[in-house]
Amino acid sequence: MWDSVGDFLAMGGHAPYVWGSFGMVAAVLLVEWLLVRSRRRRVQIVLQRQSRRSTANGSEGE
Amino acid sequence: MLRSLWTLIRRDVSLIVMRRQDVLTVVAFFILVITLFPLSIGPEPDKLRTLAPGGVWVAAALASLISLDRLFADDWRDGTLEQVALSPQPLAVAALAKVAAHWFSLGLPLVVLSPALGYSLGLEGAELLVLALSLLLGTPVLSLLGAVGAALTLGVRAGGALMALLILPLYAPVLILGAGAVSEAMFDSAYTAHLSLLGAMLAVAVPLVPVAIAGALRIALD
Amino acid sequence: MTARSIPWLKFTAPPNFYVLAERLTPWLWGVAALFLVAGLYVGFFVAPPDYQQGNSYRIMFIHVPAAWMGMFLYLLMALYGAIFLIWRIKMADVMARAIAPTGALMTFLSLWTGALWGAPTWGTYWVWDARLTSTLILLFLFLGYIALHAASDDREKGGRAASLLAIIGAVNVPIIYFSVEWWYNLHQGVSVMRADGPSMAPSMLAALLLMTVAFWVYSAAIVLRRAQSETLSREARKEWAQQAACGRLTRDTRERAVAQAQQENAVSESGGQA
Repeated sequence: MWDSVGDFLAMGGHAPYVWGSFGMVAAVLLVEWLLVRSRRRRVQIVLQRQSRRSTANGSEGE
Repeated sequence: MLRSLWTLIRRDVSLIVMRRQDVLTVVAFFILVITLFPLSIGPEPDKLRTLAPGGVWVAAALASLISLDRLFADDWRDGTLEQVALSPQPLAVAALAKVAAHWFSLGLPLVVLSPALGYSLGLEGAELLVLALSLLLGTPVLSLLGAVGAALTLGVRAGGALMALLILPLYAPVLILGAGAVSEAMFDSAYTAHLSLLGAMLAVAVPLVPVAIAGALRIALD
Repeated sequence: MTARSIPWLKFTAPPNFYVLAERLTPWLWGVAALFLVAGLYVGFFVAPPDYQQGNSYRIMFIHVPAAWMGMFLYLLMALYGAIFLIWRIKMADVMARAIAPTGALMTFLSLWTGALWGAPTWGTYWVWDARLTSTLILLFLFLGYIALHAASDDREKGGRAASLLAIIGAVNVPIIYFSVEWWYNLHQGVSVMRADGPSMAPSMLAALLLMTVAFWVYSAAIVLRRAQSETLSREARKEWAQQAACGRLTRDTRERAVAQAQQENAVSESGGQA
Protein backbone atom coordinates (compact mmCIF):
# COMPACT_ATOMS: atom_id res chain seq x y z
CA MET A 1 0.00 0.00 0.00
CA TRP A 2 2.85 2.39 0.81
CA ASP A 3 5.44 2.99 -1.91
CA SER A 4 8.22 4.11 0.39
CA VAL A 5 9.01 5.09 3.95
CA GLY A 6 8.56 8.74 2.97
CA ASP A 7 5.16 7.95 1.53
CA PHE A 8 4.21 6.23 4.79
CA LEU A 9 5.41 9.16 6.88
CA ALA A 10 3.55 11.66 4.69
CA MET A 11 0.22 9.87 5.34
CA GLY A 12 -1.21 11.25 2.14
CA GLY A 13 -0.69 14.84 3.29
CA HIS A 14 -2.28 14.27 6.69
CA ALA A 15 1.03 13.67 8.49
CA PRO A 16 0.74 16.39 11.17
CA TYR A 17 -2.73 15.21 12.19
CA VAL A 18 -2.06 11.50 12.17
CA TRP A 19 1.37 11.64 13.79
CA GLY A 20 0.27 14.39 16.16
CA SER A 21 -2.46 12.07 17.42
CA PHE A 22 -0.41 8.89 17.61
CA GLY A 23 2.54 10.78 19.05
CA MET A 24 0.46 12.36 21.80
CA VAL A 25 -1.11 9.01 22.71
CA ALA A 26 2.32 7.38 22.82
CA ALA A 27 3.79 10.22 24.89
CA VAL A 28 0.90 10.32 27.38
CA LEU A 29 0.81 6.57 27.88
CA LEU A 30 4.60 6.43 28.22
CA VAL A 31 4.65 9.23 30.80
CA GLU A 32 1.79 7.62 32.72
CA TRP A 33 3.64 4.32 32.72
CA LEU A 34 6.87 5.94 33.92
CA LEU A 35 5.07 7.85 36.68
CA VAL A 36 3.29 4.76 37.94
CA ARG A 37 6.53 2.80 37.85
CA SER A 38 8.50 5.44 39.72
CA ARG A 39 5.81 5.71 42.37
CA ARG A 40 5.85 1.95 42.79
CA ARG A 41 9.61 2.02 43.20
CA ARG A 42 9.40 4.83 45.74
CA VAL A 43 6.79 3.05 47.84
CA GLN A 44 8.80 -0.15 47.72
CA ILE A 45 11.98 1.60 48.84
CA VAL A 46 10.19 3.27 51.78
CA LEU A 47 8.70 -0.04 52.85
CA GLN A 48 11.97 -1.90 52.46
CA ARG A 49 13.62 0.64 54.74
CA GLN A 50 10.84 0.23 57.28
CA SER A 51 11.13 -3.51 57.06
CA ARG A 52 14.85 -3.36 57.76
CA ARG A 53 14.26 -1.06 60.71
CA SER A 54 11.54 -3.25 62.20
CA THR A 55 13.63 -6.41 61.93
CA ALA A 56 16.55 -4.56 63.53
CA ASN A 57 14.32 -3.51 66.43
CA GLY A 58 12.76 -6.92 66.62
CA SER A 59 9.30 -5.36 66.58
CA GLU A 60 6.72 -4.27 64.02
CA GLY A 61 7.06 -0.50 63.99
CA GLU A 62 5.18 1.35 66.72
CA MET B 1 -43.02 16.10 58.88
CA LEU B 2 -44.34 18.97 56.81
CA ARG B 3 -44.65 20.99 60.00
CA SER B 4 -41.05 20.44 60.98
CA LEU B 5 -40.01 21.20 57.41
CA TRP B 6 -41.87 24.48 57.62
CA THR B 7 -40.36 25.35 61.01
CA LEU B 8 -36.89 24.67 59.68
CA ILE B 9 -37.48 26.82 56.61
CA ARG B 10 -38.78 29.68 58.77
CA ARG B 11 -35.80 29.45 61.08
CA ASP B 12 -33.32 29.54 58.21
CA VAL B 13 -35.08 32.33 56.34
CA SER B 14 -35.16 34.49 59.43
CA LEU B 15 -31.50 33.71 60.05
CA ILE B 16 -30.56 34.82 56.55
CA VAL B 17 -32.82 37.86 56.61
CA MET B 18 -31.18 38.93 59.87
CA ARG B 19 -27.91 39.04 57.96
CA ARG B 20 -29.29 41.20 55.19
CA GLN B 21 -25.72 41.72 54.09
CA ASP B 22 -25.61 38.27 52.45
CA VAL B 23 -28.68 38.94 50.34
CA LEU B 24 -27.32 42.29 49.23
CA THR B 25 -23.93 40.82 48.40
CA VAL B 26 -25.37 38.10 46.20
CA VAL B 27 -27.74 40.48 44.42
CA ALA B 28 -24.90 42.96 43.86
CA PHE B 29 -22.73 40.16 42.49
CA PHE B 30 -25.49 39.11 40.11
CA ILE B 31 -25.90 42.67 38.78
CA LEU B 32 -22.14 43.21 38.53
CA VAL B 33 -21.57 40.09 36.45
CA ILE B 34 -24.28 41.23 34.05
CA THR B 35 -22.69 44.69 33.90
CA LEU B 36 -19.47 43.04 32.77
CA PHE B 37 -21.12 41.88 29.55
CA PRO B 38 -21.78 45.31 27.98
CA LEU B 39 -18.45 46.52 29.35
CA SER B 40 -16.50 43.72 27.71
CA ILE B 41 -18.52 43.25 24.53
CA GLY B 42 -19.50 46.83 23.77
CA PRO B 43 -22.81 48.63 23.93
CA GLU B 44 -24.23 47.62 20.51
CA PRO B 45 -27.83 46.52 21.27
CA ASP B 46 -27.87 43.72 18.66
CA LYS B 47 -24.84 41.96 20.06
CA LEU B 48 -26.05 42.34 23.62
CA ARG B 49 -29.47 41.03 22.71
CA THR B 50 -28.12 37.77 21.27
CA LEU B 51 -26.00 37.40 24.36
CA ALA B 52 -28.70 38.28 26.88
CA PRO B 53 -30.23 34.83 27.63
CA GLY B 54 -26.86 33.20 28.21
CA GLY B 55 -25.54 36.24 30.06
CA VAL B 56 -28.34 36.40 32.61
CA TRP B 57 -28.24 32.64 33.09
CA VAL B 58 -24.48 32.47 33.56
CA ALA B 59 -24.67 35.33 36.05
CA ALA B 60 -27.46 33.54 37.94
CA ALA B 61 -25.49 30.29 38.00
CA LEU B 62 -22.36 32.00 39.33
CA ALA B 63 -24.36 33.95 41.93
CA SER B 64 -26.00 30.71 43.04
CA LEU B 65 -22.60 29.02 43.24
CA ILE B 66 -20.93 31.67 45.39
CA SER B 67 -23.96 32.06 47.66
CA LEU B 68 -24.05 28.32 48.35
CA ASP B 69 -20.41 28.03 49.22
CA ARG B 70 -20.98 28.41 52.97
CA LEU B 71 -24.47 26.91 53.12
CA PHE B 72 -23.69 24.24 55.71
CA ALA B 73 -20.36 25.55 57.02
CA ASP B 74 -21.66 27.51 60.03
CA ASP B 75 -24.14 24.85 61.11
CA TRP B 76 -21.41 22.28 60.75
CA ARG B 77 -18.89 24.18 62.84
CA ASP B 78 -21.20 25.10 65.75
CA GLY B 79 -22.67 21.61 65.98
CA THR B 80 -26.22 22.44 64.83
CA LEU B 81 -25.84 20.03 61.95
CA GLU B 82 -24.95 17.20 64.27
CA GLN B 83 -28.08 17.84 66.34
CA VAL B 84 -30.26 17.94 63.26
CA ALA B 85 -28.73 14.68 62.10
CA LEU B 86 -29.52 13.06 65.48
CA SER B 87 -33.11 14.33 65.57
CA PRO B 88 -35.89 11.90 64.53
CA GLN B 89 -36.78 13.57 61.25
CA PRO B 90 -34.80 12.43 58.21
CA LEU B 91 -31.70 14.44 57.44
CA ALA B 92 -32.82 14.70 53.81
CA VAL B 93 -35.89 16.67 54.89
CA ALA B 94 -33.76 19.03 56.92
CA ALA B 95 -31.43 19.45 53.94
CA LEU B 96 -34.38 20.20 51.68
CA ALA B 97 -35.63 22.79 54.18
CA LYS B 98 -32.21 24.37 54.33
CA VAL B 99 -31.97 24.62 50.54
CA ALA B 100 -35.54 25.90 50.29
CA ALA B 101 -34.85 28.65 52.81
CA HIS B 102 -31.66 29.52 50.99
CA TRP B 103 -33.50 29.72 47.70
CA PHE B 104 -36.36 31.84 49.08
CA SER B 105 -33.97 34.40 50.51
CA LEU B 106 -31.15 34.36 47.93
CA GLY B 107 -32.54 32.75 44.77
CA LEU B 108 -35.91 34.42 44.57
CA PRO B 109 -34.46 37.97 44.54
CA LEU B 110 -32.48 37.05 41.43
CA VAL B 111 -35.62 35.75 39.73
CA VAL B 112 -37.50 38.95 40.62
CA LEU B 113 -34.67 41.14 39.39
CA SER B 114 -34.03 39.20 36.19
CA PRO B 115 -36.64 40.94 33.96
CA ALA B 116 -35.07 44.31 34.70
CA LEU B 117 -31.59 43.03 33.89
CA GLY B 118 -32.87 41.20 30.82
CA TYR B 119 -34.46 44.45 29.68
CA SER B 120 -31.16 46.28 30.14
CA LEU B 121 -29.55 43.76 27.77
CA GLY B 122 -32.25 44.27 25.17
CA LEU B 123 -34.86 41.58 25.81
CA GLU B 124 -38.48 42.62 25.38
CA GLY B 125 -42.04 41.72 26.29
CA ALA B 126 -42.74 38.01 26.48
CA GLU B 127 -39.03 37.21 26.44
CA LEU B 128 -38.69 38.81 29.87
CA LEU B 129 -41.51 36.69 31.18
CA VAL B 130 -39.93 33.53 29.79
CA LEU B 131 -36.60 34.55 31.32
CA ALA B 132 -38.15 34.98 34.76
CA LEU B 133 -40.11 31.73 34.41
CA SER B 134 -37.07 29.76 33.32
CA LEU B 135 -35.10 31.13 36.27
CA LEU B 136 -37.99 30.38 38.59
CA LEU B 137 -37.91 26.73 37.51
CA GLY B 138 -34.15 26.45 37.10
CA THR B 139 -32.55 28.21 40.05
CA PRO B 140 -34.03 25.81 42.64
CA VAL B 141 -32.31 22.97 40.76
CA LEU B 142 -29.07 24.97 40.81
CA SER B 143 -29.48 25.50 44.56
CA LEU B 144 -30.05 21.79 45.15
CA LEU B 145 -27.04 20.73 43.06
CA GLY B 146 -24.88 23.42 44.63
CA ALA B 147 -25.91 22.24 48.07
CA VAL B 148 -24.48 18.80 47.22
CA GLY B 149 -21.18 20.49 46.43
CA ALA B 150 -21.32 22.54 49.62
CA ALA B 151 -21.94 19.38 51.64
CA LEU B 152 -19.21 17.41 49.86
CA THR B 153 -16.58 20.12 50.46
CA LEU B 154 -17.37 20.52 54.19
CA GLY B 155 -14.16 20.43 56.18
CA VAL B 156 -12.04 20.23 53.08
CA ARG B 157 -9.08 22.41 52.20
CA ALA B 158 -9.58 24.89 49.32
CA GLY B 159 -13.38 24.80 49.48
CA GLY B 160 -14.53 27.53 47.09
CA ALA B 161 -12.61 26.82 43.91
CA LEU B 162 -12.99 23.08 44.41
CA MET B 163 -16.74 23.47 44.72
CA ALA B 164 -16.87 25.32 41.40
CA LEU B 165 -14.96 22.46 39.77
CA LEU B 166 -17.33 19.88 41.24
CA ILE B 167 -20.61 21.67 40.60
CA LEU B 168 -20.34 23.73 37.41
CA PRO B 169 -20.25 20.61 35.16
CA LEU B 170 -23.50 19.50 36.80
CA TYR B 171 -25.07 22.91 36.12
CA ALA B 172 -24.69 22.46 32.35
CA PRO B 173 -28.07 20.84 31.56
CA VAL B 174 -30.03 23.44 33.55
CA LEU B 175 -28.12 26.26 31.88
CA ILE B 176 -28.70 24.83 28.41
CA LEU B 177 -32.43 24.45 28.95
CA GLY B 178 -32.88 27.76 30.75
CA ALA B 179 -30.97 29.92 28.30
CA GLY B 180 -32.45 27.81 25.49
CA ALA B 181 -36.00 28.68 26.53
CA VAL B 182 -35.26 32.41 26.32
CA SER B 183 -33.49 32.04 22.96
CA GLU B 184 -36.48 30.15 21.61
CA ALA B 185 -38.76 32.93 22.81
CA MET B 186 -36.55 35.41 20.93
CA PHE B 187 -37.10 33.49 17.69
CA ASP B 188 -40.83 33.19 18.38
CA SER B 189 -40.55 29.41 18.40
CA ALA B 190 -41.87 26.98 20.96
CA TYR B 191 -40.21 27.56 24.30
CA THR B 192 -42.72 25.47 26.24
CA ALA B 193 -40.69 22.29 25.59
CA HIS B 194 -37.66 23.82 27.31
CA LEU B 195 -39.73 25.04 30.22
CA SER B 196 -41.44 21.65 30.57
CA LEU B 197 -38.09 19.90 30.68
CA LEU B 198 -36.85 22.38 33.28
CA GLY B 199 -39.96 21.67 35.31
CA ALA B 200 -39.36 17.94 34.94
CA MET B 201 -35.79 18.40 36.18
CA LEU B 202 -37.08 20.29 39.19
CA ALA B 203 -39.67 17.60 39.89
CA VAL B 204 -36.96 14.91 39.78
CA ALA B 205 -34.42 16.94 41.73
CA VAL B 206 -36.63 17.92 44.68
CA PRO B 207 -37.14 14.38 45.99
CA LEU B 208 -33.80 12.87 44.91
CA VAL B 209 -31.08 15.47 45.42
CA PRO B 210 -31.79 16.00 49.16
CA VAL B 211 -30.98 12.31 49.67
CA ALA B 212 -27.57 12.90 48.09
CA ILE B 213 -27.09 16.03 50.22
CA ALA B 214 -27.95 14.06 53.35
CA GLY B 215 -25.46 11.37 52.33
CA ALA B 216 -22.74 13.96 51.82
CA LEU B 217 -23.55 15.60 55.18
CA ARG B 218 -23.33 12.22 56.94
CA ILE B 219 -19.86 11.72 55.47
CA ALA B 220 -18.78 15.11 56.79
CA LEU B 221 -20.29 14.39 60.22
CA ASP B 222 -18.69 10.97 60.70
CA MET C 1 -22.64 -11.33 55.79
CA THR C 2 -23.69 -13.78 53.11
CA ALA C 3 -21.35 -12.01 50.75
CA ARG C 4 -18.40 -13.70 52.40
CA SER C 5 -19.23 -16.92 50.58
CA ILE C 6 -18.64 -15.31 47.17
CA PRO C 7 -15.13 -16.37 46.15
CA TRP C 8 -14.48 -13.09 44.34
CA LEU C 9 -14.62 -11.26 47.67
CA LYS C 10 -11.37 -12.93 48.61
CA PHE C 11 -9.65 -10.11 46.77
CA THR C 12 -11.16 -7.44 48.96
CA ALA C 13 -8.42 -8.34 51.44
CA PRO C 14 -5.43 -6.15 50.53
CA PRO C 15 -2.76 -8.92 50.63
CA ASN C 16 -4.83 -11.18 48.38
CA PHE C 17 -5.46 -8.32 45.97
CA TYR C 18 -1.78 -7.46 45.91
CA VAL C 19 -0.75 -11.00 45.06
CA LEU C 20 -3.44 -11.32 42.40
CA ALA C 21 -2.37 -8.05 40.77
CA GLU C 22 1.26 -9.10 40.96
CA ARG C 23 0.41 -12.26 39.04
CA LEU C 24 -1.91 -10.63 36.52
CA THR C 25 -0.04 -7.51 35.46
CA PRO C 26 2.88 -9.12 33.58
CA TRP C 27 0.36 -11.03 31.46
CA LEU C 28 -1.71 -7.91 30.93
CA TRP C 29 1.34 -5.95 29.76
CA GLY C 30 2.16 -8.75 27.35
CA VAL C 31 -1.37 -8.98 25.97
CA ALA C 32 -1.60 -5.19 25.64
CA ALA C 33 1.70 -5.04 23.74
CA LEU C 34 0.63 -7.89 21.47
CA PHE C 35 -2.69 -6.31 20.58
CA LEU C 36 -1.06 -2.91 20.20
CA VAL C 37 1.44 -4.25 17.65
CA ALA C 38 -1.26 -6.19 15.83
CA GLY C 39 -3.63 -3.22 15.86
CA LEU C 40 -0.98 -0.83 14.58
CA TYR C 41 0.03 -3.28 11.87
CA VAL C 42 -3.50 -3.84 10.63
CA GLY C 43 -4.30 -0.16 11.06
CA PHE C 44 -1.38 1.11 9.05
CA PHE C 45 -0.48 -1.67 6.64
CA VAL C 46 -3.66 -3.65 5.96
CA ALA C 47 -6.53 -1.20 6.23
CA PRO C 48 -6.88 0.78 2.98
CA PRO C 49 -7.17 4.57 2.92
CA ASP C 50 -10.69 5.88 3.28
CA TYR C 51 -12.17 6.93 -0.05
CA GLN C 52 -13.28 10.27 1.40
CA GLN C 53 -10.90 11.09 4.21
CA GLY C 54 -7.71 9.55 2.85
CA ASN C 55 -5.34 8.56 5.61
CA SER C 56 -6.50 10.92 8.34
CA TYR C 57 -9.24 8.46 9.28
CA ARG C 58 -6.52 6.25 10.82
CA ILE C 59 -6.74 8.52 13.87
CA MET C 60 -9.99 6.69 14.53
CA PHE C 61 -7.99 3.64 15.65
CA ILE C 62 -6.86 5.50 18.75
CA HIS C 63 -9.58 8.11 19.04
CA VAL C 64 -12.51 5.74 19.37
CA PRO C 65 -10.85 3.37 21.89
CA ALA C 66 -9.73 6.34 24.00
CA ALA C 67 -13.25 7.80 24.01
CA TRP C 68 -14.79 4.45 24.89
CA MET C 69 -12.26 3.88 27.67
CA GLY C 70 -12.91 7.34 29.10
CA MET C 71 -16.63 6.67 29.45
CA PHE C 72 -16.20 3.07 30.52
CA LEU C 73 -13.63 3.97 33.18
CA TYR C 74 -15.90 6.69 34.57
CA LEU C 75 -18.76 4.24 34.99
CA LEU C 76 -16.40 1.66 36.49
CA MET C 77 -15.06 4.27 38.89
CA ALA C 78 -18.60 5.18 39.96
CA LEU C 79 -19.40 1.48 40.39
CA TYR C 80 -16.39 0.97 42.66
CA GLY C 81 -17.41 4.16 44.48
CA ALA C 82 -20.88 2.71 45.07
CA ILE C 83 -19.36 -0.55 46.33
CA PHE C 84 -17.18 1.44 48.71
CA LEU C 85 -20.12 3.50 50.00
CA ILE C 86 -22.47 0.55 50.46
CA TRP C 87 -20.19 -2.21 51.77
CA ARG C 88 -17.29 -0.09 53.01
CA ILE C 89 -14.82 -2.30 51.16
CA LYS C 90 -11.61 -0.30 51.24
CA MET C 91 -10.14 -1.97 48.16
CA ALA C 92 -13.05 -0.57 46.13
CA ASP C 93 -11.91 2.94 47.03
CA VAL C 94 -8.34 2.05 46.13
CA MET C 95 -9.54 0.81 42.74
CA ALA C 96 -11.76 3.84 42.09
CA ARG C 97 -8.90 6.14 42.95
CA ALA C 98 -6.51 4.20 40.75
CA ILE C 99 -8.93 4.36 37.82
CA ALA C 100 -9.45 8.14 37.94
CA PRO C 101 -6.09 9.34 36.49
CA THR C 102 -6.17 6.81 33.65
CA GLY C 103 -9.77 7.74 32.89
CA ALA C 104 -8.91 11.42 32.83
CA LEU C 105 -5.95 10.76 30.51
CA MET C 106 -8.07 8.65 28.17
CA THR C 107 -10.70 11.40 28.04
CA PHE C 108 -8.00 13.97 27.34
CA LEU C 109 -6.56 11.78 24.58
CA SER C 110 -9.97 11.36 22.98
CA LEU C 111 -10.36 15.15 22.92
CA TRP C 112 -6.85 15.68 21.54
CA THR C 113 -7.10 13.07 18.82
CA GLY C 114 -10.64 14.20 18.05
CA ALA C 115 -9.42 17.75 17.49
CA LEU C 116 -6.64 16.56 15.19
CA TRP C 117 -9.04 14.33 13.30
CA GLY C 118 -11.59 17.11 13.01
CA ALA C 119 -9.14 19.58 11.49
CA PRO C 120 -8.68 17.82 8.13
CA THR C 121 -12.17 16.30 8.11
CA TRP C 122 -14.44 19.23 9.01
CA GLY C 123 -11.90 22.02 8.70
CA THR C 124 -11.92 22.92 12.38
CA TYR C 125 -10.22 21.67 15.51
CA TRP C 126 -13.19 22.27 17.72
CA VAL C 127 -16.94 22.63 17.46
CA TRP C 128 -19.35 22.78 20.38
CA ASP C 129 -20.87 19.53 19.26
CA ALA C 130 -22.78 17.31 21.67
CA ARG C 131 -20.12 14.66 21.88
CA LEU C 132 -17.20 17.04 22.21
CA THR C 133 -18.89 19.15 24.83
CA SER C 134 -20.02 16.23 26.94
CA THR C 135 -16.56 14.64 26.67
CA LEU C 136 -15.06 17.88 27.93
CA ILE C 137 -17.50 17.86 30.84
CA LEU C 138 -16.57 14.22 31.51
CA LEU C 139 -12.93 15.31 31.79
CA PHE C 140 -13.94 17.88 34.41
CA LEU C 141 -15.92 15.26 36.31
CA PHE C 142 -12.74 13.14 36.48
CA LEU C 143 -10.71 16.15 37.63
CA GLY C 144 -13.33 16.99 40.25
CA TYR C 145 -13.17 13.43 41.60
CA ILE C 146 -9.38 13.53 41.80
CA ALA C 147 -9.36 17.00 43.40
CA LEU C 148 -12.01 16.14 45.99
CA HIS C 149 -10.27 12.90 46.91
CA ALA C 150 -6.98 14.71 47.32
CA ALA C 151 -8.36 17.71 49.20
CA SER C 152 -9.52 15.83 52.26
CA ASP C 153 -7.13 15.29 55.15
CA ASP C 154 -9.05 12.19 56.18
CA ARG C 155 -8.58 9.57 53.46
CA GLU C 156 -11.66 7.58 54.44
CA LYS C 157 -13.90 10.66 54.37
CA GLY C 158 -12.34 11.97 51.20
CA GLY C 159 -12.89 8.61 49.56
CA ARG C 160 -16.54 8.49 50.54
CA ALA C 161 -17.21 12.08 49.44
CA ALA C 162 -15.46 11.47 46.12
CA SER C 163 -17.38 8.21 45.64
CA LEU C 164 -20.67 10.03 46.16
CA LEU C 165 -19.56 12.65 43.65
CA ALA C 166 -18.67 9.94 41.13
CA ILE C 167 -22.14 8.40 41.46
CA ILE C 168 -23.88 11.77 41.07
CA GLY C 169 -21.68 12.42 38.03
CA ALA C 170 -22.56 9.03 36.55
CA VAL C 171 -26.26 9.83 36.86
CA ASN C 172 -25.61 13.18 35.23
CA VAL C 173 -23.49 12.04 32.29
CA PRO C 174 -26.48 10.85 30.20
CA ILE C 175 -28.50 13.95 31.17
CA ILE C 176 -25.62 16.19 30.16
CA TYR C 177 -25.15 14.29 26.91
CA PHE C 178 -28.79 14.45 25.89
CA SER C 179 -29.29 18.06 26.90
CA VAL C 180 -26.19 19.13 24.98
CA GLU C 181 -27.21 17.09 21.95
CA TRP C 182 -30.69 18.47 22.04
CA TRP C 183 -29.40 22.02 22.34
CA TYR C 184 -26.98 21.51 19.51
CA ASN C 185 -29.45 19.88 17.15
CA LEU C 186 -32.00 22.61 17.75
CA HIS C 187 -29.55 25.27 16.68
CA GLN C 188 -27.16 23.81 14.15
CA GLY C 189 -29.14 21.22 12.26
CA VAL C 190 -27.56 17.90 11.40
CA SER C 191 -24.50 16.92 13.40
CA VAL C 192 -21.22 17.07 11.52
CA MET C 193 -20.04 14.06 13.46
CA ARG C 194 -21.93 11.74 11.13
CA ALA C 195 -19.73 12.60 8.19
CA ASP C 196 -17.81 9.32 8.05
CA GLY C 197 -18.47 6.92 5.22
CA PRO C 198 -21.39 4.54 4.93
CA SER C 199 -19.81 1.32 6.15
CA MET C 200 -16.41 0.28 7.38
CA ALA C 201 -14.13 -2.12 5.56
CA PRO C 202 -13.55 -5.33 7.58
CA SER C 203 -9.85 -4.56 8.00
CA MET C 204 -10.68 -1.14 9.45
CA LEU C 205 -13.07 -2.72 11.90
CA ALA C 206 -10.45 -5.33 12.80
CA ALA C 207 -7.85 -2.63 13.51
CA LEU C 208 -10.36 -0.73 15.63
CA LEU C 209 -11.24 -3.80 17.68
CA LEU C 210 -7.58 -4.79 18.14
CA MET C 211 -6.71 -1.30 19.36
CA THR C 212 -9.73 -1.26 21.66
CA VAL C 213 -8.57 -4.48 23.30
CA ALA C 214 -5.05 -3.04 23.59
CA PHE C 215 -6.33 0.12 25.30
CA TRP C 216 -8.58 -1.87 27.57
CA VAL C 217 -5.85 -4.25 28.71
CA TYR C 218 -3.34 -1.42 29.07
CA SER C 219 -5.82 0.43 31.32
CA ALA C 220 -6.37 -2.69 33.40
CA ALA C 221 -2.62 -3.18 33.85
CA ILE C 222 -1.83 0.41 34.74
CA VAL C 223 -4.81 0.65 37.12
CA LEU C 224 -3.77 -2.53 38.91
CA ARG C 225 -0.20 -1.27 39.22
CA ARG C 226 -1.38 2.05 40.64
CA ALA C 227 -3.75 0.26 43.02
CA GLN C 228 -0.84 -1.91 44.19
CA SER C 229 1.27 1.11 45.10
CA GLU C 230 -1.70 2.67 46.86
CA THR C 231 -2.33 -0.53 48.82
CA LEU C 232 1.28 -0.79 49.90
CA SER C 233 1.46 2.81 51.06
CA ARG C 234 -1.85 2.48 52.93
CA GLU C 235 -0.66 -0.68 54.67
CA ALA C 236 2.90 0.49 55.12
CA ARG C 237 2.98 -0.48 58.79
CA LYS C 238 1.85 -4.04 58.19
CA GLU C 239 4.31 -6.88 58.03
CA TRP C 240 2.88 -8.34 54.82
CA ALA C 241 3.28 -5.05 52.95
CA GLN C 242 6.91 -4.74 54.00
CA GLN C 243 7.58 -8.31 52.93
CA ALA C 244 5.77 -7.71 49.64
CA ALA C 245 7.88 -4.62 48.99
CA CYS C 246 11.01 -6.75 49.41
CA GLY C 247 9.49 -9.29 47.02
CA ARG C 248 9.36 -12.12 49.52
CA LEU C 249 5.80 -12.29 50.80
CA THR C 250 5.28 -15.73 52.31
CA ARG C 251 1.97 -17.53 52.17
CA ASP C 252 1.96 -17.75 55.93
CA THR C 253 2.27 -13.98 56.43
CA ARG C 254 -0.36 -13.34 53.82
CA GLU C 255 -2.89 -15.65 55.40
CA ARG C 256 -2.26 -14.17 58.81
CA ALA C 257 -2.71 -10.66 57.41
CA VAL C 258 -5.97 -11.67 55.70
CA ALA C 259 -7.32 -13.18 58.91
CA GLN C 260 -6.35 -10.06 60.82
CA ALA C 261 -8.00 -7.79 58.24
CA GLN C 262 -11.22 -9.81 58.44
CA GLN C 263 -11.20 -9.53 62.20
CA GLU C 264 -10.71 -5.77 62.01
CA ASN C 265 -13.56 -5.54 59.52
CA ALA C 266 -15.87 -7.50 61.81
CA VAL C 267 -15.00 -5.21 64.72
CA SER C 268 -15.52 -2.03 62.71
CA GLU C 269 -18.82 -3.36 61.34
CA SER C 270 -20.25 -4.17 64.75
CA GLY C 271 -18.77 -0.98 66.18
CA GLY C 272 -20.08 1.09 63.29
CA GLN C 273 -23.69 0.13 64.02
CA ALA C 274 -23.65 1.46 67.57
